[in-house]
Amino acid sequence: MAAAMPERKLDVAGALKDAALAAFVAFGLFSLVLGLRTEQSGLTSALQLYPRPGLLFGAVATVFAGRFLIALLFRSNLLADPARFIPPQASKGIAFIGRYAGIGLLVFALIIPVIFFDNRYLLDLSILVVTYIMLGWGLNIVVGLAGLLDLGYVAFYAVGAYSYALLAQNFGFSFWICLPLAGILAAFWGVLLGFPVLRLRGDYLAIVTLAFGEIIRIVLINWQSFTGGPNGISGIPRPSFFGVPFNDGPDGFAATFGLSFTPSHRVVFLFYLILALALITNYFTIRLRRLPIGRAWEALREDEIACRSLGINTTHTKLTAFALGAMFAGFAGSFFATRQGFISPESFVFHESAMILAIVVLGGMGSQLGIAVAALVMVGGFELFREFAQYRMIVFGLAMIGIMIWRPRGLVSHREPSVHLQEKKPIPAAVVEGARQ
Amino acid sequence: MKAPVLDVQHLTMRFGGLTAVSDLSFSARRGEITAIIGPNGAGKTTVFNCVTGFYQPTEGMIRLTHPDGKEFLLERMFDFRIAHKGRVARTFQNIRLFAGMTVLENLLTAQHNTLMRASGYTFFGIVGLPVYARAERAAIDKARSWLDRVGLLARADDPAGDLPYGAQRRLEIVRAMCTDPVLLCLDEPAAGLNPREADDLNRLLISIGRETGTSILLIEHHMHVVMEISNHIVVLDYGQKISEGTPQEIRNDPKVIAAYLGVEEEAMQAAGGAG
Repeated sequence: MAAAMPERKLDVAGALKDAALAAFVAFGLFSLVLGLRTEQSGLTSALQLYPRPGLLFGAVATVFAGRFLIALLFRSNLLADPARFIPPQASKGIAFIGRYAGIGLLVFALIIPVIFFDNRYLLDLSILVVTYIMLGWGLNIVVGLAGLLDLGYVAFYAVGAYSYALLAQNFGFSFWICLPLAGILAAFWGVLLGFPVLRLRGDYLAIVTLAFGEIIRIVLINWQSFTGGPNGISGIPRPSFFGVPFNDGPDGFAATFGLSFTPSHRVVFLFYLILALALITNYFTIRLRRLPIGRAWEALREDEIACRSLGINTTHTKLTAFALGAMFAGFAGSFFATRQGFISPESFVFHESAMILAIVVLGGMGSQLGIAVAALVMVGGFELFREFAQYRMIVFGLAMIGIMIWRPRGLVSHREPSVHLQEKKPIPAAVVEGARQ
Repeated sequence: MKAPVLDVQHLTMRFGGLTAVSDLSFSARRGEITAIIGPNGAGKTTVFNCVTGFYQPTEGMIRLTHPDGKEFLLERMFDFRIAHKGRVARTFQNIRLFAGMTVLENLLTAQHNTLMRASGYTFFGIVGLPVYARAERAAIDKARSWLDRVGLLARADDPAGDLPYGAQRRLEIVRAMCTDPVLLCLDEPAAGLNPREADDLNRLLISIGRETGTSILLIEHHMHVVMEISNHIVVLDYGQKISEGTPQEIRNDPKVIAAYLGVEEEAMQAAGGAG
């Protein structure tokens, strides 16, 4: 043990060299970006340059100091063994938190409307976060379990939203009839897309699904007579509490239950609705993982050729993953439509697909809890930094880079076995295959 | 003379201008171990890929006969159907386990089609009908008995990718056996094994043939393995069959010796004349 321990000596000279190099690069990068400020001024509107040496010097100095500290830590092997810094009690505590984090989060989610009843902003934000959690869990079936890289997931979200809006407007169906129909329609589109596309693998599949997502959006924009084109569909019926509307009328929710009317009732109902939908998604995924179909998905992710040699119909297996993932997106989409009351193609751009995929990847592919935490961090955290305007993109980017460096397989990267004989042991991420085909 | 389980007639496989297998005919008898040997690039794995549906042969017929007399023309079936309906299982030269899944999960995945039917194509399973729970217990018991046989029971809950090489080879064989195959195709099962592991493998293959009635088709370079366990050997060279017979006959066949060791041109012709 002692022999294997690396020597601990402060390598100041090396760290200084590192820091000088970093500072030099920083100078090169910042000299034009920060060091000079351009302004159109005066009567002639001529472009004028104002040097900002102070700012430039500050930035370079920060880089130098930061790099020096990091280099000192790494070069001196101070960080070689993180276990040395974490006392055993603390690591036991972390394990404890890990075990009960899921339950804790669920309880917290359940009481959010009670705590923040009057805080409309927070309630809306919670609804948004849970919507993304649901979308993440849905996409997880496709990407995390079956290993099919889908960049056009938002297309099914759009199909669900438009299905709900059109069915509700044209036929006057209630939310509870439209919801399953929207899910079925989205699943149908999933199969329709899947049939020609699932022969492809890896990057090719990603490109085609990306294109499919765009095609759906462009059809929505251009098919004016049916979808309302870029104007979208407005006046989508709001959800009712199993037939009791949320209004201040005599047969409204508040009057029926003898409460004083407040618009928060609907928001709280919407929150519990999406929470229930998300939990259904979660429950189904957990169950499916333990069934042969779920095992076949994971086997497909691990090795498609071996699956074929065992008599597994890989096309059907992929299609079911695609269809189920699409179905949950369809549910989420119809919820989105009823919550907003208005939908337009602008809500279903590629950025949304990328966001959902980022949640799945950051959360740790295949891990339900990781995805929930990632959605909370990505959506909630993003909102939290709203005040900082453009800087939040920087923070966001830095956080992404940090996760890719320290946790390249996501926040919760180990895999839970679906069945065990004697003892359930988590499988380390190193042996698990990621989304590849 | 036992009835053939696999009958290959005039099998030819071309890739563009390259003829990997040319007009190959042989048959494998039920309950026996048939080995295909030959120098590197002789077309052995191509034959396997044709039999197991990974390639569609250019010409020829591959007929599989089940114990109940049902016949399958494998050249007309494709892909997973050969494994599913034809019940032909195989292993791979470079091991293809589901590395991120546990040993037990690997064996349950092999029983996918049985379990899928029991779970009512997922519908019974999702509502939790006992019929699926029973089927899963049976599948686990089957996996357990196979693991016990190859000494991997203690590692049932470990990821397959963490097993040592020899254990991975054994696991791949029992995974194939969990599909209840009529014909088991093994692509170099002894590659990379040490002599003791190779002996264990011999015993396993012989006991599989004897106890389950599964016929085995084998590609192997280890002559020690081939000569000891095979009932029948087919020798390929440059995509053509150059010899066929019992291990004893093959051992003494000058053409086989020539193909393996290489001889002078005249000696080759003399051998060809003699054979």
